[in-house]
Amino acid sequence: MAVCRSTTAISLSRNPNFSTTNPKPSLSFLSPPSLKLPSILPSFKPLTSQSPPDQRLSIPRATAADSATPTTTSTTFFHGHCYVVGDNIDTDQIIPAEYLTLVPSKPDEYEKLGSYALIGLPATYKTRFIEANQTKTKYSIVIGGENFGCGSSREHAPVALGAAGVAAVVAESYARIFFRNSVATGEIYPLESEVRICEECKTGDLITIELMESKLINHTSGKEYKLKPIGDAGPVIEAGGIFAYARKTGMIPSHAP
Amino acid sequence: MASSTISPYSTSFITEKKGLGWSAFSSPSPSPFPIPKCKKSISKTIVSVMSPQQSERRPATTGSVKTALTMTEKIFARASKKPQLIPGENVWVNVDILMTHDVCGPGSIGIFKKEFGQDAKVWDREKVVIIPDHYIFTKDERANRNVDILRDFCNEQDIKYFYDIKDLGNFKANPDYKGVCHVALAQEGHCRPGEVLLGTDSHTCTAGAFGQFATGIGNTDAGFVLGTGKLLLKVPPTLRFVMDGEMPDYLQAKDLILQIIGEISVAGATYKSMEFVGSTVESLTMEERMTLCNMVVEAGGKNGVVPADSTTFKYLEDKTTLPYEPVYSDAQARFLSEYRFDISKLEPLVAKPHSPDNRALARECKDVKIDRVYIGSCTGGKTEDFMAVAKVFLASGKKVKVPTFLVPATQKVWMDVYTLPVPGSGGKTCAQIFEEAGCDTPASPSCGACLGGPKDTHARMNEPLVCVSTTNRNFPGRMGHKEGQIYLASPYTAAASALTGFVTDPREFLQ
Repeated sequence: MAVCRSTTAISLSRNPNFSTTNPKPSLSFLSPPSLKLPSILPSFKPLTSQSPPDQRLSIPRATAADSATPTTTSTTFFHGHCYVVGDNIDTDQIIPAEYLTLVPSKPDEYEKLGSYALIGLPATYKTRFIEANQTKTKYSIVIGGENFGCGSSREHAPVALGAAGVAAVVAESYARIFFRNSVATGEIYPLESEVRICEECKTGDLITIELMESKLINHTSGKEYKLKPIGDAGPVIEAGGIFAYARKTGMIPSHAP
Repeated sequence: MASSTISPYSTSFITEKKGLGWSAFSSPSPSPFPIPKCKKSISKTIVSVMSPQQSERRPATTGSVKTALTMTEKIFARASKKPQLIPGENVWVNVDILMTHDVCGPGSIGIFKKEFGQDAKVWDREKVVIIPDHYIFTKDERANRNVDILRDFCNEQDIKYFYDIKDLGNFKANPDYKGVCHVALAQEGHCRPGEVLLGTDSHTCTAGAFGQFATGIGNTDAGFVLGTGKLLLKVPPTLRFVMDGEMPDYLQAKDLILQIIGEISVAGATYKSMEFVGSTVESLTMEERMTLCNMVVEAGGKNGVVPADSTTFKYLEDKTTLPYEPVYSDAQARFLSEYRFDISKLEPLVAKPHSPDNRALARECKDVKIDRVYIGSCTGGKTEDFMAVAKVFLASGKKVKVPTFLVPATQKVWMDVYTLPVPGSGGKTCAQIFEEAGCDTPASPSCGACLGGPKDTHARMNEPLVCVSTTNRNFPGRMGHKEGQIYLASPYTAAASALTGFVTDPREFLQ
């Protein structure tokens, strides 16, 4: 289970956009919001640099917490340092096939999967996502370009990121199965940026994501970016995946038999 | 890939018709291409736009709204028991077949047990097909354990179709063992027109060749299907690819799909269905149609479909006794876009490292020196793929200049390689021709080195080599080493390249 789940303190009933009494929750989480407007997707430019300077930073795990004043709008946010990648980051780069013998539903192997997250990135990425002999990343937010998570249907990919300590990925667009697996497992928030930010952020930048306001703030550069709303996928990820969500909302019995 | 090198042939044979869709999908755009394109595949000069031919939807005279549907929409309508639906709608679909394998099966089973209970039973023991195929001939203990987990589950659940392997030393001692799941599904009669087939593997889309809906899902979704036999799916809009013209005898379906992926990019069909029609498609064998549909996921596609016809029915004759009912796109069905190709003008293609849409003509890469050739996988390891390789070797009469690895997809393919006579060879089998050409001995059937796998996987790229491969992906590290370079190609092009040690257009040997 991803840390982001347990640290997400916001409760469903406090979310004004969501009611637990709704007998037929909408499930349009099956695709990211961008599908509705394919023509507005920006065409992309070549990535000029994929090797940001190495930065030694002591970075805490991303945290997601609810607002101090629960009576107002919830403001779930993530705060941490980012790791920046380019376009078409495929599942072989996220978790190479030699590690697929690890079964995500076994807790010890889940942890191990996390330690290999993004190990398939080419050597042009000078900064390691996970330091040697570490099992967790110090980057709780991954920023990417177009078509993040393309390739195989391996659920190991979002699981590895979540197990490594990633709370959210922010990319311009996602491959279908990766997006769905991210939501179904509740491992990570697959967020979409409105503009191409992977060329404006550098690995190690300090980032805050304000989920309810669909906003990303880069404290290092001082810039602020709009994200596409996570929509109905949000409550599913927050609950911890489709089974947990379906139980919470009464779609299936509340406890496993 | 420089667009200028593509445009000379592209201009003449591709047209795209757009604007046939619903308002939500066909917002006016100044660009003739509605699809975001990858930088690697730009070919700006190729498109001519045709005006929409189809009329607006209107209520039928009975008063009820009658909407024309695409094939994929019809399959969704039937599987969800809804008379009408539209793309974008989420519907609960009844699943006809759920397939899983040794890489994702144990995790799916884990989720099924956790969520439905240790004593829970799968929804239908005859609709779950379990095919160990990925990491079989390895000493990796965890990989071996994963096959054991599948076996225990199948015994406990009395799963009817489990293609087990116990004797790893000799695959032929395992009569039940098949090999690569997508090829085995077809050979064992699990692919049927009009049905819904889900699998925990992205290349599950291969089965769309049979005119059914087939797509890849994750472990969590598969765990849900195991318990309920249903899944909530979004109805995809359809892109239609019309391929006409006589296919030259140096081309294969692999060239067609590489052409399409190069055209629309690795994300060009994300969330969409890809329907293949036209006289060229009609002329393709079932195995070639499978190659076509196999790689739709490399364009981001949710599924690919070829309308079932007499070729399909003939293939199925001795493979299934279950009744099936094919469906077809209505004449007035709405397509998001339509692409037209004149295949008679196409040339043999490759996808250069490190993306399946990094298209180039094979002849443009003739100076690329290669270290090895790999023939195998769900994409290029079928019987006809090996026959094609043998045909090139036979035509040349030469020996290969680089190590050439042969991994038949299934036990049936392996048997064919050793028993079927190659036309025009005077009765020689593929295996004999391969031996005379100096190839590596055909290996035990499995997914092999297509996806790297454990370090001891046969033909895995453990060094930074250059490989021409009949497989489906050339991402960094895909076949093992991160600095390895993979050129995706048809079996013809791969065989020609093996004979020269460079990427080679097969016309050098076939004409």
